[in-house]
Amino acid sequence: MTGPTANLLITGARLIDPATGTDAIGDLAISDGLVVADAPAGAERIDGRGLVVTPGFCDLHAHLRQPGRDGAETIESGCRAAARGGFTTICAMPNTDPAIDSAEAVSRAVAAGAGGACRVRIIGAASVRRAGREMADLAAMAAAGAVAVSDDGCAVSGAMARETFERVAAAGLLLIEHAEDPSLVAGGVMRAGPTAVRLGLPGWPPAAELTTVERDLALAGTTRARLHLTHLSCAASIEAVRGARARGVAVTCDVTPHHLSMADDWVAGSRRFAWDEERAPDPALAFDGRCRVNPPLASRADALALLAAVADGTIDSIATDHAPHPVERKLAPFASAAPGLIGLETALSLGLAAVEAGRLALPALVAAMSTRPAAIIGEARSLAVGATADIVAFDPAARWRVDATTLESASSNTPLLGMELPGVVRLTVGDGRITYRS
Amino acid sequence: MTVAVTPRTWPSGHLFDLAGAARGQIEGLLDLAVEMREARAARRHASMLEAEIVALAFFEASTRTRISFELAGRALGATVVDLDVAGSSVAKGESLVDTLRTLERMGTTTLVLRHQEPGAPQLAARATGMRIVNAGDGAHAHPTQALSDALTLREAIGPLDGRVVAIVGDVVHSRVARSNIHCLTGLGARVRVGGPPEWVAGFDGWPAVEVTTTLEATLRGADAVMALRAQLERGAELPEDRLAWRLDSDRMRLAAPGAPILHPGPTNEGVELTAELASAPGSLIGRQVANGVPIRMAVLARLAGMA
Repeated sequence: MTGPTANLLITGARLIDPATGTDAIGDLAISDGLVVADAPAGAERIDGRGLVVTPGFCDLHAHLRQPGRDGAETIESGCRAAARGGFTTICAMPNTDPAIDSAEAVSRAVAAGAGGACRVRIIGAASVRRAGREMADLAAMAAAGAVAVSDDGCAVSGAMARETFERVAAAGLLLIEHAEDPSLVAGGVMRAGPTAVRLGLPGWPPAAELTTVERDLALAGTTRARLHLTHLSCAASIEAVRGARARGVAVTCDVTPHHLSMADDWVAGSRRFAWDEERAPDPALAFDGRCRVNPPLASRADALALLAAVADGTIDSIATDHAPHPVERKLAPFASAAPGLIGLETALSLGLAAVEAGRLALPALVAAMSTRPAAIIGEARSLAVGATADIVAFDPAARWRVDATTLESASSNTPLLGMELPGVVRLTVGDGRITYRS
Repeated sequence: MTVAVTPRTWPSGHLFDLAGAARGQIEGLLDLAVEMREARAARRHASMLEAEIVALAFFEASTRTRISFELAGRALGATVVDLDVAGSSVAKGESLVDTLRTLERMGTTTLVLRHQEPGAPQLAARATGMRIVNAGDGAHAHPTQALSDALTLREAIGPLDGRVVAIVGDVVHSRVARSNIHCLTGLGARVRVGGPPEWVAGFDGWPAVEVTTTLEATLRGADAVMALRAQLERGAELPEDRLAWRLDSDRMRLAAPGAPILHPGPTNEGVELTAELASAPGSLIGRQVANGVPIRMAVLARLAGMA
């Protein structure tokens, strides 16, 4: 990571460190890459009153479009967006063009990801070209530095699933699964339910996710592979995870910021959060391609269940599934718009909106964005003296307007454009370097 | 200065759908259509829209809707152009947005759009500055058809308050059914939908709509009956028990005495209804078509702010 070395003393901030169970007003000093007990002479003093200081955020699921579609995002712009969002680590999915599906490709990606405003960890593809027909060399990719494997965009194909889980277990790897059965999706483009019926759009049934979740949990149980289920969008999937854990299956999971805050009524033109009172949708905002995402935005009940599962700790992590697309790929009829939305710069704000609404405690949000995802990929995070200086300081009460011209991301595909959200990052320090400051 | 929203304006400047439209807005359009029918006969308002260029962009087949928009525009003096989709740059792979921007650059003020994808009209409004009239978007909405149907019904059976309208057939694939539900319930009617289970799937979650699963329950006491075409092009398959749902004059006796039959056309005679019923004295099918022109005159004039 690049940036000026941080020699800082932040005073009077609310320090939240899930690693130590800290939540108190205090000072934090950083020097020479570490959290220290006393600030060195000449350290910059930052008045931290009103700020929250926490371990730096870790995103288990981001798409950087380089190589192949670097008009939508480059590693450099994606890292700047991450730093602005408070992230000090992002895990890059392998669905670039070409895909990251070999040890050589992982090595190249690791090298390309160094030197930006955020630590980039590389996820290797589970199958060659992510085509689901031939297994990639998982052990070699791990040796080259891959932090996990995934065929994200798809689940591991049925034909390869058992062998993939066995090899993941043998190599001590982590498998990140996009749980979705395309045969059950059958052309669905938004969550099946009353809103899809009213809009005349083909529905995407929760069973498409749940059946793959159940398959993966069964395979993880028998093979002892480490499984991480990403962007879960159904309450039933959460129940399945709870049940598997009760049987001793090692599984972790994440949810995106959009699935726990926006529901399928956004496709009909609503712009209320899942916890807000019902409001009449604006027909002019209906069918906005920027609300098209896979898995699709959930029912309101499921969104609230996902949020409750973050609050009670069942869901380990909030991961962005940051998916940049150029404007023209979203300026299409809803069903033809490219799925996915950007999330690195708005993740904290959506979490804080849930906190403001009383749906989530701030320490639980912090844990789901920092220490818990970091632990899944073996990274430590702490504010304790002696820890690596990986921190974020943000003002939870400050407001900002989501504006395409000021986003650090090279893309602006989010339905949040124009909305005012809480939470402004003031300072991000990764590995002792200042990677973002406002 | 405050501008009162009166029935003489349409809120968004576009006609996407009738969902959420105020009763006064809908009734205002129906009243204007009655006036337009007289005006057309008397050749009044023949230059009302002379400053307008109306482009018809039909990406799906149409006879009634396309021709009635063309006649409506011409009756009010608008310049009407018809994008021949098969012979246009669309056939060369030009994107929808690029095609619509081309129409705008050539001076089009109002776009009448029919497209196979739900939400195409909202996209057109986001991507261009033209006034948009939805002439049918996938299975989502067909508001001018619903307005024609409502006018036809109102003239045949009187005010729709509390009246029961039964919609029978392939509801799930039907944009006409969806827009009629919004329009008719907006006018105070009660809507009942009925068909084989796969043709009414999901409609039980629609507020103010009653789903019935036998033809008898659908028709019983209905003040009007609307048959729908099986939308084979949207993936509908003819259900095995389709004959159980075919309407004929005998079965219409289950409805209220004198209840008229409607159909948005084109009909598959012998499938959803018999040829005999389609041409029976109580059939409003011809009047639905005839009312399409004044309704579309009313819509074009109102959106342009001229009436």
